[in-house]
Amino acid sequence: MISIKGVTHSYNNRSKLSFSDWQINAGERWLLLGASGSGKTTLLHVLTGILAPSAGEVTIANTAIYQLSSKKLDQFRGRNIGIVFQRPHLIKSLTIVENLLLAQSFAQLPENHERIHQVLQSLGIADKKTAYPNELSQGQLQRVSIARAVINKPALLIADEPTSSLDDKNAQAVLQLLMQQSELNNATLVVATHDTRVKDAFTNTYNLA
Amino acid sequence: MSPLKISWKNLASKPLSTGLSLMLIAFGTAILTILLLASTQIEQKLNNNAKDIDLVVGAKGSPLQLILSSIYYIDFPTGNIPLKEANELAHNPFVKRAVPLALGDNYNGIRIVGTDSNYISLYGLTTQGGRFWKADLEATIGSSVAQAQQLKVGDTFFGAHGLTENKDLHKEHAYKVVGILAPQGNVTDNLILTNVASVWQMHGEANNGDTEGKEITSLLIQYRSPMSVVMFPRMVNQMTSLQSASPAMESTRLFSLIGVGVDTLQWFALLIMGIAAISVFINLYNSLKERSYDLAIMRTLGASKTKLFLIVILEGLILTTAGTILGLCFGHITLALIGAYQESSQAKLSGLLFISDEIYVLLAGLGIGIFAAIIPAVQAYQANISKILAKN
Repeated sequence: MISIKGVTHSYNNRSKLSFSDWQINAGERWLLLGASGSGKTTLLHVLTGILAPSAGEVTIANTAIYQLSSKKLDQFRGRNIGIVFQRPHLIKSLTIVENLLLAQSFAQLPENHERIHQVLQSLGIADKKTAYPNELSQGQLQRVSIARAVINKPALLIADEPTSSLDDKNAQAVLQLLMQQSELNNATLVVATHDTRVKDAFTNTYNLA
Repeated sequence: MSPLKISWKNLASKPLSTGLSLMLIAFGTAILTILLLASTQIEQKLNNNAKDIDLVVGAKGSPLQLILSSIYYIDFPTGNIPLKEANELAHNPFVKRAVPLALGDNYNGIRIVGTDSNYISLYGLTTQGGRFWKADLEATIGSSVAQAQQLKVGDTFFGAHGLTENKDLHKEHAYKVVGILAPQGNVTDNLILTNVASVWQMHGEANNGDTEGKEITSLLIQYRSPMSVVMFPRMVNQMTSLQSASPAMESTRLFSLIGVGVDTLQWFALLIMGIAAISVFINLYNSLKERSYDLAIMRTLGASKTKLFLIVILEGLILTTAGTILGLCFGHITLALIGAYQESSQAKLSGLLFISDEIYVLLAGLGIGIFAAIIPAVQAYQANISKILAKN
């Protein structure tokens, strides 16, 4: 389903990062472990089609994503990859519903309010629909950002350090939500972290040296 | 969620800086609009009042003053001319029509003009009530005069000596209103018309048909043929103690004098527009810095580079278009207010006049929007989202 082959990347021709090949099958859950500075963010960006590697190939759902044009790649990313960032980063000038509508329209999918309601309900924040991001707590915002990542039923759900700034209890809750949502939406889950608290939930681990 | 809605919501979420930019643009546009409208209207009025008058003949002095006093009724006359010489000129073959004017009296600041029936045909006057003046001390008043002074047909009033003050009343002779003019849209709306002899009578001269020693203020001349334009003024200026002044030339001269002020104000308005453009630019540029993460997120959600470019450009366009339209409205309202409080009834300004140049103002507004937004928009287009996302 997802594979990277012979991927290397170097910023400004210095300190070349090379990544061992990785094969992820549909529906699997992977943990991407690595200390900061080990190239974790680089690999995540390569995997999500944000950063073209210096060499190598990335294939998602039978599509070599870096062979696509910039515009096609943006659209592919919008439809097939959902990203949860360390911090929620919602658009402040838009309500929760509008933030989710934005994700649908940017992926050039029809606006679907029913789907939005369904996802928000499964995350327990359906009553916050018309609120603006600054009216929500940090935990609620993180849920909205998960909702935004899964709204288009992506094949791949990627979370970048989703738990590192949370306490034990909230870290477990967010992890549970990610598991639950990837299952609900038939998405392959990749969680990048240096947080060892979440290790036990995963059987597959990709270690960055 | 269309790009337009995203741009709009972002502007609406920052009312203060959006408001400031809007105000600056609206202010600059309003000044430009007022200048455009006012100078167009003044020029129109000047031309309209002098429409059928080719030349004014009066006593030697400033030609501009002669025009101002005899056509626009705003300055003092240059003096008097002998009736005998005026009559000679009036019967000159170059002249198609000559209208005598005898000024010097007023009623509550409204000028009393002594003239003859040629004046009626020159301005194409009609009455809305009563008739035109015939006998001595009969007066036909302009429509605005009737309204402002609440005079009706049959009323009487006393003229006063001079052109503005109401002190030195000619108590012994009362004018009688015999008619009210229909609104003409020119100076005659604000004049009191009577015959020349009435004005003489006011000043104690007998009306005995003898032209000897009698004087009038000036003579309005209509030419018989284009040939006269070259010959007649030279003849007047060389052969007599009189001077001639061309309304067309003097209005142009007057307007070029006013024009300096208008030009200065126009540059001032452009300066404000320039500042407005910079303000919009800074507004967008700063918000782009704050929003670079937002825009990067939009890219991860599938928005193309072109879409981000469009969102930022639209923000600039919404700001300046709204500001320009607001400014145009302000300009018209302000001019209407100025017109309402204006004392000089001869040059009243209207806010209801729309001219085609306003379209250029609107286009300029759009241009400023694009100019101010293009750099931020290109930056949004070129942003390296991996770098932005990695920073946080």
